[in-house]
Amino acid sequence: MCAMSYRPGPRSKGKTDVDILIFIQQNLDVLAERTVEHLAIVGVAVALAILTGVPIGIAITQNKRAADAVLYAASMIMTIPSIALFGVLIPILATIGQGIGYLPAVIAVLLYSQLPIIRNTYTAITNVDPALREAARGMGMTAGQRLFRVEIPIAVPIIMAGVRMAVVINIGITAIAAYIGAGGLGTFISRGISQTDPRQLITGALAVSLLAIFADYGLLWLQTRLTPKGVRA
Amino acid sequence: MIKLENLTKIFDSPSGPVTAADHVNMDVGEGEICVLLGPSGCGKTTTLKMINRLIQPTSGKIIINGKDTDAYDPVELRRTIGYVIQQIGLFPNMTVEENICVVPDLLGWGKAKSRKRAAELLEIINLDPGVFLKRYPKELSGGQQQRIGVARALAADPPVMLMDEPFGAIDPINREVIQDEFLKIQKRLGKAVMFVSHDIDEAVKMAHKVAIFRDGKLEQFDTPDNVLAHPANSFIADFVGGDRTLKRLRLVTAGQALSASAPVVRAEDSLDKAVALMEEHDRECIVMTDAHDAPRGFVRLELIKGRQGKVGDHHSGLLAVVEAQEDLRTVVSLMFTHDVSWLACVDEHGAFKGYLTQQGITHLLGETYRSNTQAAA
Repeated sequence: MCAMSYRPGPRSKGKTDVDILIFIQQNLDVLAERTVEHLAIVGVAVALAILTGVPIGIAITQNKRAADAVLYAASMIMTIPSIALFGVLIPILATIGQGIGYLPAVIAVLLYSQLPIIRNTYTAITNVDPALREAARGMGMTAGQRLFRVEIPIAVPIIMAGVRMAVVINIGITAIAAYIGAGGLGTFISRGISQTDPRQLITGALAVSLLAIFADYGLLWLQTRLTPKGVRA
Repeated sequence: MIKLENLTKIFDSPSGPVTAADHVNMDVGEGEICVLLGPSGCGKTTTLKMINRLIQPTSGKIIINGKDTDAYDPVELRRTIGYVIQQIGLFPNMTVEENICVVPDLLGWGKAKSRKRAAELLEIINLDPGVFLKRYPKELSGGQQQRIGVARALAADPPVMLMDEPFGAIDPINREVIQDEFLKIQKRLGKAVMFVSHDIDEAVKMAHKVAIFRDGKLEQFDTPDNVLAHPANSFIADFVGGDRTLKRLRLVTAGQALSASAPVVRAEDSLDKAVALMEEHDRECIVMTDAHDAPRGFVRLELIKGRQGKVGDHHSGLLAVVEAQEDLRTVVSLMFTHDVSWLACVDEHGAFKGYLTQQGITHLLGETYRSNTQAAA
């Protein structure tokens, strides 16, 4: 994965807080690289999850039984511990030589993103005021025109809330993907644990948390931009 | 314009088939407003929604402008029919302008043409385009929203308008205003309008024809005056109410109920002349007008009989006058307010037109019953 490794620097006992700052300062380049890796996993996977989850969420509004089945399946996926899911993916993806690394991490995040995105899309579309649907139908819009001109624009804030939730959850889950060699900020944590080095551990944990917070704010900004003006609160 | 022939809808329900509309026959012409009335579940809304095929008829024909609508694709058909619903249904993600332009856009009008049309329609509904075009629905009051709803339905100038309790959710004061505005617009545009309501007063006010439904059957289809004066059966008599004759007051204007003769005197006329005129026309009072024919006062026969002088020195002031286009409800209300049995009626310029008397009004309203008994005899 990444050939770059951190510079340990001198250890001094008892002054961990200063040590951490020094460690971070000395390893800014590594931190940046791990952050990019982390975002590459979450970003690509959630983007793919939007491409699959939103259409699925819309499609299941047509059939209550299909909706129940799909939402149930997506909830089931959420209950699988991430480390177990990575474990399950290893033998499956090993058949194409990708048992560990980037691909299983992306697939796992893609799966975990389905529930918030599908559920929010489904809820948003089914919650569109029936009067709007009737007005749109009565004025001569086709089903597709109703969807793209009325239902989706109105659903945007709720769909985006689902996307934000998926991103925040999966920034955390991706940290665990370091154990299957996917890289990312989790590397600091896993090494911090195995080497009993609190500096790495705390740096990793801090970076993951901050990344989640910034991503959430960034997406909130995007959500506001994407929401039609008349629908904004 | 709109013709319904044996229109029938049978829904399947868990407890067996339910007939929501049973061989409905109706005919509504250009410029006419037909109000569909009845209790909930009587089939009026089903009938309305079959016209734009939001509900697919089980059997029967809908003919618009001489063409059977079965020949059209439902989506195409709906774009040629204006549709207004009680919940208004303005799209919150679109500005007022975009909302109004929905159907023109669907029909592929150019942007310039449709935007110009939107501004024009706002003028028609008395909203300033400069202020309202770029607003969003949530920035408007309920009454304004429904005005936009009506404008949106009128956007592509459809010959037919379907309105499903359009003013039902608006507060009573605004409802009156918006009804009056709609009547004014309708007078200008002359659409064929189908209008669902559950409010008999609204029907009396708006309708050229009233269609009363019960259990999917069209029980009576007639002018509001005939429905009120001659309800076809006891169900309709109950539905239109025990005060149905009072409701008819709304249907007649003051100008239509004037007494046959309208003698007047001037201030400089002698009391003798006034007495002679009153006796000639068998009147208790006579109106005094000024040089512009505007009523200025009146003199009473019993007070001036046998006295000498000029009318101008003995007249009393008029408590109220009515304009000829007011309806009789207003007239009677004024009579009760001022405890008088007659009122002077003026035209739009304030010139005296004639007398309105309680006797004349009851006579006019009773006419339909007398001609009926004569016809029966």
